[in-house]
Amino acid sequence: MNIGKISLSASILALALAGCGEKPETGTEVVRIGSVAPLTGPQAHLGKDNENGARLAIDEINAKGLVLGGRPVKLELIGEDDQADPKTATIVAQKLSDQGVKAVIGHLNSGTTIPASKYYRDADIPQISPSATAIAYTAQGYRTAYRVMANDEQQGRVLGQFATGLMGAKRIAVIDDRTAYGQGLADEFEKAARAAGAQIVAREYTNDRATDFTPILTSIKGKAPDLVFFGGMDPQGGPMVQQMKRLGLNARYLGGDGIQNANFLKLAGADAEGVTASSPGLPLEAMPGGPDFRQRFESRYGQIQVYAPYAYDAVQVLAAAMRRADSADPAKVLAALPQTDHQGVTGQIRFDAKGDTTGGAVTLYQVKNGAWVVLETVK
Amino acid sequence: MIMGFFRKHPQIAFVLLAALLLALPFLVGAGLGKSWVRVLDFVLLYVILALGLNIVVGYAGLLDLGFVAFYALGAYVYAWLASPHFGLHLPFWAVLPLGAALAGVFGVLLGTPTLRLRGDYLAIVTLGFGEIIRIFMNNLNAPVNITNGPQGINLIDPVAFGGFAFAGTHTLLGLKVSAAHLYYYLFLAFTLATIFVAMRLQDSRIGRAWAAIREDEVAAAAMGINTRNVKLLAFAMGATFGGLAGGLFASFQGFISPESFNLLESIMILCMIVLGGMGHIPGVILGAVLLTVLPEALRHIGDIQRAWLGQVVVDPADLRMLLFGAALVLMMLYRPEGLIPSRQRKREFHAEDSVAEQEQASLYDARG
Amino acid sequence: MDIFVQQLINGLVLGSIYALVALGYTMVYGILELINFAHGEVTMIGAMVALAAIGLIMGAAPELPGLVIVLGGVLVAIPACMLLGFSIERLAYRPLRRAPRLAPLITAIGISIVLQNVAMLVWGRQYIAFPPLLPQGRHEILGAHITDLQIFIVLLSVAIMLGLWFTVRKTRLGRAMRATAQSREVAELMGVNVNTVISATFLIGSALAAIAGVMVSAYYGLAHYYMGFMLGLKAFSAAVLGGIGNIAGAMLGGFLLGVVEALGAGYIGDLTGGFLGSHYQDVFAFFVLILVLVFRPSGLLGERVAARA
Repeated sequence: MNIGKISLSASILALALAGCGEKPETGTEVVRIGSVAPLTGPQAHLGKDNENGARLAIDEINAKGLVLGGRPVKLELIGEDDQADPKTATIVAQKLSDQGVKAVIGHLNSGTTIPASKYYRDADIPQISPSATAIAYTAQGYRTAYRVMANDEQQGRVLGQFATGLMGAKRIAVIDDRTAYGQGLADEFEKAARAAGAQIVAREYTNDRATDFTPILTSIKGKAPDLVFFGGMDPQGGPMVQQMKRLGLNARYLGGDGIQNANFLKLAGADAEGVTASSPGLPLEAMPGGPDFRQRFESRYGQIQVYAPYAYDAVQVLAAAMRRADSADPAKVLAALPQTDHQGVTGQIRFDAKGDTTGGAVTLYQVKNGAWVVLETVK
Repeated sequence: MIMGFFRKHPQIAFVLLAALLLALPFLVGAGLGKSWVRVLDFVLLYVILALGLNIVVGYAGLLDLGFVAFYALGAYVYAWLASPHFGLHLPFWAVLPLGAALAGVFGVLLGTPTLRLRGDYLAIVTLGFGEIIRIFMNNLNAPVNITNGPQGINLIDPVAFGGFAFAGTHTLLGLKVSAAHLYYYLFLAFTLATIFVAMRLQDSRIGRAWAAIREDEVAAAAMGINTRNVKLLAFAMGATFGGLAGGLFASFQGFISPESFNLLESIMILCMIVLGGMGHIPGVILGAVLLTVLPEALRHIGDIQRAWLGQVVVDPADLRMLLFGAALVLMMLYRPEGLIPSRQRKREFHAEDSVAEQEQASLYDARG
Repeated sequence: MDIFVQQLINGLVLGSIYALVALGYTMVYGILELINFAHGEVTMIGAMVALAAIGLIMGAAPELPGLVIVLGGVLVAIPACMLLGFSIERLAYRPLRRAPRLAPLITAIGISIVLQNVAMLVWGRQYIAFPPLLPQGRHEILGAHITDLQIFIVLLSVAIMLGLWFTVRKTRLGRAMRATAQSREVAELMGVNVNTVISATFLIGSALAAIAGVMVSAYYGLAHYYMGFMLGLKAFSAAVLGGIGNIAGAMLGGFLLGVVEALGAGYIGDLTGGFLGSHYQDVFAFFVLILVLVFRPSGLLGERVAARA
């Protein structure tokens, strides 16, 4: 049998089927936006947080009413689960571009954001990650890849300078959780701290499922550091601080945005006192509309985990680009995105040529009386 | 009726099947969207993986929970030799066999110390081996950067024939063909070759030796089978297919990181085999197809709810894995021999109690 | 020196936790030769139920001492887990008793996935903090620190192991268990109600899981629907290391695995001159496991049974 004929008839069938999919014209145009994050598995709580942040923004934009090209537009969020698995991430990326989403907010992890970005580039769909911080993501040179959070290098540098400067640390122990995020941040921190003249007395490792850190902390204690830096998230950071106290390791504790959240305070309990951590952007409380955002979010979805404000800003940045382009057409939105200058709840968002945020501030916080208090903002 | 017709005219059935396989990505792409072509690609990849593991578990009866290690090795070899990571860009026809061969060597390395172990002890040691490989992949970015650690290796070369790379969209014979389509045909070729090898192995002298070891190792040794060599061969052959699939995965995905090679992946591949019908090629294929398609299909629970109830009551993401787990349990309760078991296993499952008891005692005897 | 003692203590506490969970694995395995993969998830449910109960008690009677509140949580978690374990055996394992070994293994994996996701639906995706209710008094031994809770965990695991050992060796039920483990048919002929014995095994194992779950989450200060998976895996490795099916073996395996992990993570970096670091902690643990099994294929205390023809 002739293979060419079969595939030809198959393609005719395909065209016929595709023709059936056309939607009837209505007054309001529905623009679909994808949101991808792990919604099952160990990071599901973070994934849902991102999705909720994006959903809040979408609902508010819809409530205000969005008009593009003279027609009312309703945004619709399609939340997908990538299970923090790179393979699933590419399937989801393809699925979203099939469904004709006009933009994607996501993914959460660097490990999923990077492989997925290839498919958004191929489909010419703008992708804004609220939380992927690996340098490699925007270094690929894709014109579709953006992020609204400072990358590892930007944040690690601020943390390193802060540790050696204001905190006056001379002997530093570094721990990371061997995830793309934790390792990336810890490496950049180490570089900056070394450059500033501090001595790295120990480099230890854990993983993102671990609960027991006593062996590495004991080993660190033997090296008598005056500061312990942790690149990782609150489920590890909280118990780690407790175990430090229990072991009598009285060094100061410094971390990144992964522990700068309310859940860390709960998990670390009284031992959280004095812990310092950074977060990209300006403090929510200092931003116009920041406290209001927190109140709106928490009344609907409960406590902010970590990245919801960034997901919220990512959607707002996108909507602003759509308004400038006066269209939801991805090509036009992509052309409008580089001119972004958006006053978000996490800070003033502008992009450089690679798609990274520029001049993004990093704010340092410290736990005082059981709450995160702003120490200073580094521009 | 229809089955009878096909049985009488196997040539027609064959031609129809071939036509279906060739047209499948276009039918699926048109009917369900391009993402499903990707799902199809993964289906084929998992068929190769499941058939590879089936050699170890189904044929030789060695419970291996660390199979994903070989998959990882194949993928990393491909990434090392065809990506900017080391600046090497060897062609795929050189890299794939290298990865498969290295995986095979590791299969023997794993097999040698575990020869004396059986059943659950073997399972836990292979599981440990799988974790060890993953941990090394995750950490070998310092002091010498070999794997780039948790950041993974990006921009891996796609498969290319001469100047024709499997990337972007090509126009062939007036048809728009995406990379996913091209990979489908490449994977299909490898899958068919794997099926062929698996079939020939099953009926060969080695295959019968494996079956003998699976049923009763002591008796097999008494009959003059060199159980050590034959078991090692099973590990090596299974691992080789794992390595091959890994290389294909790396080229297809373009990015690999240790996250893709965790324990759950090994367990999933094992589930495919058991679900479909262990040791039986059609069953294993069906298992791989089902377990790859099911989680993706379950994404549409939201749409179904919207259609029936008018709104999304339960978040599909919440239900997806729950239903998947329940499906595994129900399947085992109602058809523990798998969906398409081999005739022999079916007999074993529905045998008289005494025979079943004996089978159970000898098939996977844990006590070494 | 104080560092070394501290690492030993770290390993001992970690090992006690592994041992607590490993006992449940080993009991079921000893009698059914079944890897109850869902055991880790039962542990997780135990922690979750106890936390929910503790929350209620704290709301109703906040003036109660912390120890009493936690005890209340444990007393709620135990029957809940027993019911769960009993149902899992009845619904998912019993129908498969005559099936080959892999079928119940897959069922167990399926049950694990279901329990994880049910827990996610009920208790949410967040890590839940365990309130600091238990005494955290610190003591110093040879320059190393140990807390009341740590001492309690070690003692508890030893006490439970001894209790189990006594049950299996000295009671009627224990005798029936041993008979069932040797041969279900013969035990039945001798008047042992095999189903009752197996149910009893699951009930005891699940009660232990509940206690272990509460101890783990109280010690580490958190609970999460995914916490059972890694814990179960490590505990299972410990049970195999000690010789699965052997109660003292589970204890020994747990302690050994804990100490190996602690010493491995603590010293591997210094021993290899920084070439390998604490990220190879698990490699170290698995490597020891493999070594032991290669030289003693049935585990440290496992019985050597000649291969059956």
